Amino acid sequence: MNLFADALNWILDPANYVGPGGIPVRLVEHLGFTVVAVSLAALIAVPFGFLIGHTGRGRGLAVATSGGLRAIPTLGLLTLVALWVGIGLGAPYVALTILAIPPILAGAYTGFEAIDRTVIDSARSVGMSEAQIMRTVEVPLGLPLLIAGIRSATLQVVATATLAAYVADFGLGRFLFAGLKTRDYAEMLGGSILVILLAVLLEGIFTGVQRLVVPKGVAAARPSVDRGRSARPASGMDPAITKGTH
Amino acid sequence: MIEFRSVSKQFPDGTLAVDDFSLTLPSHQTTVLVGSSGSGKTTLLRMINRMVDPSSGTIEIDGADIAALEPVQLRRSIGYVMQNSGLLPHRTVIDNVATVPLLRGVPRRKARTEALSLLDTVGLDRSLAARYPNQLSGGQQQRVGVARGLAVNPNILLMDEPFGAVDPIVRAELQQELIRLQSELGKTVVFVTHDIEEAFLLGDQVVILRDGGRIAQVGSPSDILAKPADDFVASFVGADRGKRALHVERRGGSDILVDTDGRLAGVLVAPSAADATPDHRAPR
Amino acid sequence: MTWIWSNLDLLWDRTLDHLVLSVPPLLLSFLFAVPLGWVANRYRISRGVILTASGLLYAIPSLPLFFVIPAVVGTSLRSPLNLIIALTLYGVALMVRVVADGLASVDKDVRQSAVAVGYSGWSIFWQVELPLAAPVLLAGLRVVAVSTVSLATVGAVIGAQSLGSLFTDGFQRGIQAEIIAGIVLTVVLALLLDGALVLLGRILLPWTRLASTSRRALRAARVTEVSE
Repeated sequence: MNLFADALNWILDPANYVGPGGIPVRLVEHLGFTVVAVSLAALIAVPFGFLIGHTGRGRGLAVATSGGLRAIPTLGLLTLVALWVGIGLGAPYVALTILAIPPILAGAYTGFEAIDRTVIDSARSVGMSEAQIMRTVEVPLGLPLLIAGIRSATLQVVATATLAAYVADFGLGRFLFAGLKTRDYAEMLGGSILVILLAVLLEGIFTGVQRLVVPKGVAAARPSVDRGRSARPASGMDPAITKGTH
Repeated sequence: MIEFRSVSKQFPDGTLAVDDFSLTLPSHQTTVLVGSSGSGKTTLLRMINRMVDPSSGTIEIDGADIAALEPVQLRRSIGYVMQNSGLLPHRTVIDNVATVPLLRGVPRRKARTEALSLLDTVGLDRSLAARYPNQLSGGQQQRVGVARGLAVNPNILLMDEPFGAVDPIVRAELQQELIRLQSELGKTVVFVTHDIEEAFLLGDQVVILRDGGRIAQVGSPSDILAKPADDFVASFVGADRGKRALHVERRGGSDILVDTDGRLAGVLVAPSAADATPDHRAPR
Repeated sequence: MTWIWSNLDLLWDRTLDHLVLSVPPLLLSFLFAVPLGWVANRYRISRGVILTASGLLYAIPSLPLFFVIPAVVGTSLRSPLNLIIALTLYGVALMVRVVADGLASVDKDVRQSAVAVGYSGWSIFWQVELPLAAPVLLAGLRVVAVSTVSLATVGAVIGAQSLGSLFTDGFQRGIQAEIIAGIVLTVVLALLLDGALVLLGRILLPWTRLASTSRRALRAARVTEVSE
């Protein structure tokens, strides 16, 4: 436990909170990077996902592409892109945006697909236009699964951003690699704990958001949330959303 | 008046759901399309609001070919009630009923007031207005479905097995409610069912369909019962099994009605008592 | 390409290293997840606790976990054991939910009729529940296999040898072919393991071959759960 005490001391040491390499700066870099990468991915994936979900077309292609992307090791993609574009933030942005697309895409279209067909059919029969069906029926009802997809993507980007410090001087991952270089285990462990805390915090926030976006009438039907086998796609059961690459 | 003229429908997978169907559905009356699955009855119904477009033939509403009408606008002018109510699960009862008026640009306040009075019309307590569909029983959901169908005050009301998913007691209740409503509103109702009893109870005009939307017989319930056109119809309405041919037997001091198989079908009572039974059809 | 031909030995060695890192976690996670998943499915309280814990565990990024484990269990940072433990944890986190969902997906009527014809407690689990949940478990294992193979490469940045070493080495020495070879081999290895699991499923679960719709049924089941 001595190691953890050292790590804790490192985390609490005021000296580590100043300057461009301090914890606050690294944390902001890490979070900022995550927000930008996930937003970029969402900007690309959400419209396509909605379109696939609404029309039912292009699903096979989306699944195949996501599957292919999933098997590609993150570190390989990162180092390869870094060789192409040089050391810096470019490579991580490209690599992580690409990696964040499949879960968001899957969240968007499975959200639509999960809606009871009769609801959509009846919306059409009473005279809703396709755009109205999408806006007032499919988007609100599909939102929980879309958020689940964004959560997967976010956690993955947070994790991979740590790894990205291998090819770029940014983020909390720097502490891990710097510690590794100088054999300063307190720094490695302290940095690791910070990343883990960040990830767990984000996981918690997303769990809350996911609950909030379940439309009231849908939530009302659920006998119990905890036996309801969770609104999120069970990890593993939807490989398209849950991705194992950290 | 709705008029089908030699309408056929072949689906992309090759099934011929409807083959050369022609029929006139009179205004302000209830026409029931009855048939087993595969008879194309739902396809026929959904052609009226262009949820399905015919492969050939025309459908006219009051003389206007609906193929020339914009589908979304057409649907907003026709009431539609379906089996599983099809209510939007994330909207309250009142918002579900007001959906179409709001789509047509009726101010929110006005739409809600009218929706509330529609709840009265279909026999729902106003206290249910703020509930979500999932918080209602199946029968209540169907009533909301009917209220939604009536919300734009349409001339035509399409009903696709609306009472198919509720238990028999609730179904009987809803059927009586529909008869009452129709006697007040006088809509042109097109009703689809596979239940011949329901067809005879609700229909002014009953259309018995064979596979592929071919008409086996059209007529009033009594016409069909008295003169089944062929063996198919006789079997469909149960006349061939003697289910509809009853005779009186005296048992235990009462007049009992018995069918040809010897199955008990009911008791014979005085006409005044028969008037009081809820099953009696209100004159229109 | 010339780099690849002159380094076939290296590629082969790294592939073996990679197998040593990724196969044990696959087996171990299955072994641990089945009892945990059973407990999770059996009791309401344990379900909440176990599934929340596994969800959190799964949220932990891999690289930091590689650093934390030595501090907890005393392994050395670079030892394969360290990585095997971490990868097993992820596998368990994923599989527990799959096992719990798989067992929950077993039709209640089937279970009850098994009780009715006289199966006893354990024999129901071994002869009815487990086989019926097996297609779901297999689907879960396939996800674990692919993700484990991919995750194992990460260990390279802390010096644990695997196909990931081709990335770090190729990056430092500027050899593109080495990185690409590493990516291709990782993907191929993942596909091979996945294929092996599919084959295993065909042999062990012959009845699922008849029902090619079972996957769709699973999807549908999950989808209704979500939409209810």
